Amino acid sequence: MNLIDKIFKFNGGIKAETKKAISTSIPIEKITIPKTLILPLRQHIGNMPKIMVNIGDYVLKGQIIAEADGSVSAAIHAPTSGTIRSIEKLLVPHPSGLPDYCVVILPDMKDQWIQKSPINWKKIGIDETIKLLLNSGIVGLGGAAFPSHLKLGVNQTNKITTLIVNAAECEPYITCDDMLIRERSEELIKGIQLVQELLGAKETIIGIEDNKPIALDQLNLFSKKQSSITTKVVPTIYPSGDAKRLIYLINGIKIPKQKRAAEYGIQMFNVATIVAIYRFIQFGEPSISRIVTITGNLHRPKNYEVLFGTSLRDLIKKSGGQIIKNDTYIMGGPMMGFKLPSIDISVTKTMNCVISAEEEMLKEKKEPLPCIRCSKCAEACPVELQPQELFWLSKSDQFEKAQSYNLFDCIECGCCSYVCPSNIPLVQFYRYAKSEIIADNIAKEEADIARERNDFRILRLEREKKERAERNAKRKLENNSGEKAKLIAEKRAEIAAAVSRTINKEVN
Amino acid sequence: MFNQQSPFLQKAPSVTLVMMLVIAGLLPGILAYIFLFGIGVLLNLTIAIVTALLAEYFILKLRNLPVKLFITDGSALVAATLLALSIPTIAPWWIIVIGTLFTIVVAKHMYGGLGSNLFNPAMVGYAVLLISFPAVMTKWQLPASHLLDFNIAQKMEVFFYGTQNLIDSVSSATPLDYIKTQIFLKRPFDLNFSYGMPLNSYFNASIIISLSFFIGGLFMWYKRIITWHLPITYLVTLTLISCIFWLIDPSRYLSPFIHIFSGGTLLCAFFIITDPVSGPTTPKGKIFFAFGVALLVYLIRVFGGYPEGIAFAVIFMNICVPLIDSLTQPKVFGHE
Repeated sequence: MNLIDKIFKFNGGIKAETKKAISTSIPIEKITIPKTLILPLRQHIGNMPKIMVNIGDYVLKGQIIAEADGSVSAAIHAPTSGTIRSIEKLLVPHPSGLPDYCVVILPDMKDQWIQKSPINWKKIGIDETIKLLLNSGIVGLGGAAFPSHLKLGVNQTNKITTLIVNAAECEPYITCDDMLIRERSEELIKGIQLVQELLGAKETIIGIEDNKPIALDQLNLFSKKQSSITTKVVPTIYPSGDAKRLIYLINGIKIPKQKRAAEYGIQMFNVATIVAIYRFIQFGEPSISRIVTITGNLHRPKNYEVLFGTSLRDLIKKSGGQIIKNDTYIMGGPMMGFKLPSIDISVTKTMNCVISAEEEMLKEKKEPLPCIRCSKCAEACPVELQPQELFWLSKSDQFEKAQSYNLFDCIECGCCSYVCPSNIPLVQFYRYAKSEIIADNIAKEEADIARERNDFRILRLEREKKERAERNAKRKLENNSGEKAKLIAEKRAEIAAAVSRTINKEVN
Repeated sequence: MFNQQSPFLQKAPSVTLVMMLVIAGLLPGILAYIFLFGIGVLLNLTIAIVTALLAEYFILKLRNLPVKLFITDGSALVAATLLALSIPTIAPWWIIVIGTLFTIVVAKHMYGGLGSNLFNPAMVGYAVLLISFPAVMTKWQLPASHLLDFNIAQKMEVFFYGTQNLIDSVSSATPLDYIKTQIFLKRPFDLNFSYGMPLNSYFNASIIISLSFFIGGLFMWYKRIITWHLPITYLVTLTLISCIFWLIDPSRYLSPFIHIFSGGTLLCAFFIITDPVSGPTTPKGKIFFAFGVALLVYLIRVFGGYPEGIAFAVIFMNICVPLIDSLTQPKVFGHE
């Protein structure tokens, strides 16, 4: 067996029913422009972008409506031409269910593009190109939503040798990447070549699960001619699409939680992100749409290409609505996604999939039993943690010990909960422990700052006291010498004279 | 307790199913045991299971725990079955009741119930009986083929009144016990036939039962309820130690063959030391644990005061579990 064909299997993982076929029978449907678009400003990791438009402004398709604030941020563009109706707090796809700032656009249906400016990256150089990407609005479309220009810019600090393209798509139900590869593999391969050159990487490895034969054929068709691009088929074991698990599957390098892949000369991009980067550089089109899988308990599950800001309710309606009514929807995959507070929200950059909940996902979780230490969870943990120990420690609030058992290496993939015979919601316990520790650390930091402030205040008061004393002493000293002393002496003499005069008067 | 959060999928056998699979794994052994030793086995099992479930019911009521949820988890059933299989088939009923009560009330619930017991409950029950009633606990029935005259009426008498009226030809010490006494008295022993008892028939029965438990163990391994670490380490260690001593002096020490196929060696390897609650959780820890149990079993069998040492060996190693676990933590993904 050739070394390139070798797969390094990580510990555990689970083989869940993939349920992908239900949404791959129909090609991607491109949705026409809706009547309103609601664009949340926070669609990525990092700072909220600065709004560049006013209510009533007319914007063109692709025009920046909010500019990246600092480098860890991403711009928001108008997905089509129209007028800004309002800027207000509305529901966004977030597990908290809290409203956040959104820009509401009323499209004029003309779909008029702003002057597109493709980038001749070979002419202006890689560094300049990456700087321009700050305005592309492109973030990781696999769900992480990390600004892409930062990931491309790593070659300034780390030498990147390998680009790994994440086409694993390991979560059940999600098929948006699969469908993208099936229908746009030519563009994808061009994008891969481009990103590889921007990174200065020598080779590219595409990691794809063996449950996507059609996509794989498409990839092979176009990548055959490219000697620097290889495709590596990995087994369908969740979570093979987790960045560090995929790197291990492909290269056999185990990267711990606190290190970044770039430190090992590896950078990873999701297929959809690569296509977005390609379209921005080649055609000057910023990130204004994405492919989203609408699947699960619906009459017509399928993939849509949607403008950001399109109402999710419209998509659910287009898919025929729920077969069994339960009004529960999950965004992301069933293993790591979250329950949506409502479907009156819009499609954002992070929305790769929405699952209309199936009966088995709704079932009131069976009553949890005590842990019987069967260590099935440890067998399933892809990070090789001891979930049963972490559970005990989290449950009994022994946070320091939980940290020494590497609680923060947990990627919350949910494999442990999936296999637990006692139905213990293990991941929830880890989330709880993590949040407590983080809150603790913040409190500690605040206490430290407060103590420092107090120490400084005491120091300052003492210093001021000392300075005052010194000043007084100095003044006294000054008073006893020089002209002032003379003046005082004269005054004293005058007073003494006056006093003696008075005394004399009285005597007389 | 929580709003439902991810993961939204779960596919795991319930605790009840796991316990039932353990019972299924025990079945071949139980059937062979009944076939060779008769109705006594069934009586023991029935008494133990009924006592265990009743005790479980009242304790759960007392502790204000959801009775239905916990009584159906099957753990009491497994503990009672293991204890019943360890008690001689000619023990009177109250022996089994006392042992089961210790198993369920003291060893399980007084330590916190399901998932919290430090010690293997069945082995605690067994140890208490062995220390309290050594005469009853070391007198075993001869396999059925040699006691055609031991009928159900006699069995009932034994069951209610004990063995004092019983003729000697139906009961005896176990081979391990006999050989130990012979060695202690510095007398020679003959495994084929001596001391007026057919040791061979014992071994034949023992081998059949052991192999049946082995088959059940393989089933548990196939069903992924146990991993290879505990049984294999245990059996290999016991074989190696007994082999070394046997090679040094075959006239004083028993062969590894006898050690593996007598007493509860295979029952212990696949069903007793594999109790997850009181055992270690890490793969390396399981190896250390099984090694320790095997070593102690051999030492107690050969040099200790009791003919069989499994219960004490397991209980002793249970004490070491937290230490073993903390010292054998596997490397986390990507850590040096």
